[in-house]
Amino acid sequence: MPKLKLAIYWAAACGGCDVAILDLDEKILKVAEAADIVLWPIAMDYKYEDLTALPKDSIDVCLFNGAVRNSEQKELAHALRERSRVMVAFGSCACFGGIPGLANFTSREGVLERVYKTSPTTINKEGVLPQVESTVPEGTLTLPAFMNRVYTLNQVIDVDYYLPGCPPPADLIWAAVEAIVSGNLPPKGSVIAGTKSLCDTCHRVKEQKNLKGFVRPHQIIPDPEKCLLEQGLVCCGPATRDGCGHRCIKANMPCRGCFGPTGHIHDQGAKLVSALASILQATTEEEARQAAETIVDAAGTFYRFGLPDALLQRVKRREQA
Amino acid sequence: MTGSFEPKIVGILCNWCSYAGADLAGTSRLKYPANIHIVRVMCSGRVDPTFVLKAFELGADGVLVSGCRPGDCHYVDGNYKTMRRTPLLENLLSQMGVEPARFRQVWVSASQGEIFARIVEEMVKDLKEIGPYMRQGGEELA
Ligand code: SF4
Ligand code: SF4
Ligand code: SF4
Ligand code: FES
Repeated sequence: MPKLKLAIYWAAACGGCDVAILDLDEKILKVAEAADIVLWPIAMDYKYEDLTALPKDSIDVCLFNGAVRNSEQKELAHALRERSRVMVAFGSCACFGGIPGLANFTSREGVLERVYKTSPTTINKEGVLPQVESTVPEGTLTLPAFMNRVYTLNQVIDVDYYLPGCPPPADLIWAAVEAIVSGNLPPKGSVIAGTKSLCDTCHRVKEQKNLKGFVRPHQIIPDPEKCLLEQGLVCCGPATRDGCGHRCIKANMPCRGCFGPTGHIHDQGAKLVSALASILQATTEEEARQAAETIVDAAGTFYRFGLPDALLQRVKRREQA
Repeated sequence: MTGSFEPKIVGILCNWCSYAGADLAGTSRLKYPANIHIVRVMCSGRVDPTFVLKAFELGADGVLVSGCRPGDCHYVDGNYKTMRRTPLLENLLSQMGVEPARFRQVWVSASQGEIFARIVEEMVKDLKEIGPYMRQGGEELA
């Protein structure tokens, strides 16, 4: 069997997804046995020309991590799509926007202002901002254009499979690699993870539904047997897809929602509003309001990994619209 | 622009009190603006917050959710669910850039046709002032 041609690319990412691939440990050698890596910027030296020289469909699988937030990432996403038979959105950033997607609470101007002018560690007396083109004695220098918003990969190009997680856990990465190598691929559009919600498979005891309000993780030491949400911690389990092996729950920390919504949930935030309200005991509007005020940053908490994918933000590609 | 702008409001009303109230407003010929498109549900407790987001996603300028007054729900405590969700949903919406005037949750009983008509009028007036709901979109990709 000819070896698979594999590309691994990163866009608006933290590098953790690439490291997660290295974390396959000795299995990485099996990946190397089955596949030739034709592009992997974090591990090997490549130039654009190495990619653009490749013909259409010459890459078997592209694992794309990171969201899309500048013109270079967008261009590379298109270039890789054109050359790849299978495109996998790898990790929460590529799938739903991830942590970089939280920038959608502000605008390009808001981000630049904060990063280059007002952050406490910045000294920038002349107020210099990055420019797409700048002229220096030696000639003209260019930078990718910083877009006004952050996009999920499937808002930019057609995606075949989704591998969620921040980062995806080794067993799911391996399951995906095996499926690809054996050619046993699930239907297009599948999410390579569980189908239920995290709560459906959580063993913690659920019994109390009379909360006055919520607390933050540093305020209590949670009981390791009881449901974290019922102890007042905002656990995103009710609105989050199963498949991570309950990584946070086992560490006695509430789920932050990195696996994204299950297929039945249209909006992680809306689902969490229902789930949280259902364990409150408020019987007056005032009590309900006080309970709601105990969540400091509702939207940032409920859409922590998926703001660009929220119903109120989601954009469609032209061919989907 | 705002002079000719007619806001689209989706009104999600429970069957037993609020829809009856709206109906009463109609039969007693109390005039209320035609801007509201009414969706009848069995109980306000059935109004999944997703419905509200979906209405905005599909182009509503405002959403009104109305149920029986606390204590009067036909299903005993369906409207307490509504009451507990509302402030959470309001906080979420305002962080997502949806102005407070665009979402209202009220209690209207079967005999309060007049109150219903007044609420709709107020909402239309407020929305005319703030203009159409603009979804934050992705111009670069269009
Ligand atoms: S999904 Fe998480 S680990 Fe992967 S690039 Fe994004 S932030 Fe980093
Ligand atoms: S809310 Fe969290 S702790 Fe509670 S059952 Fe669901 S996943 Fe488990
Ligand atoms: S528990 Fe939640 S946040 Fe933690 S890894 Fe699993 S899905 Fe992600
Ligand atoms: S039936 Fe009217 S709110 Fe429940």
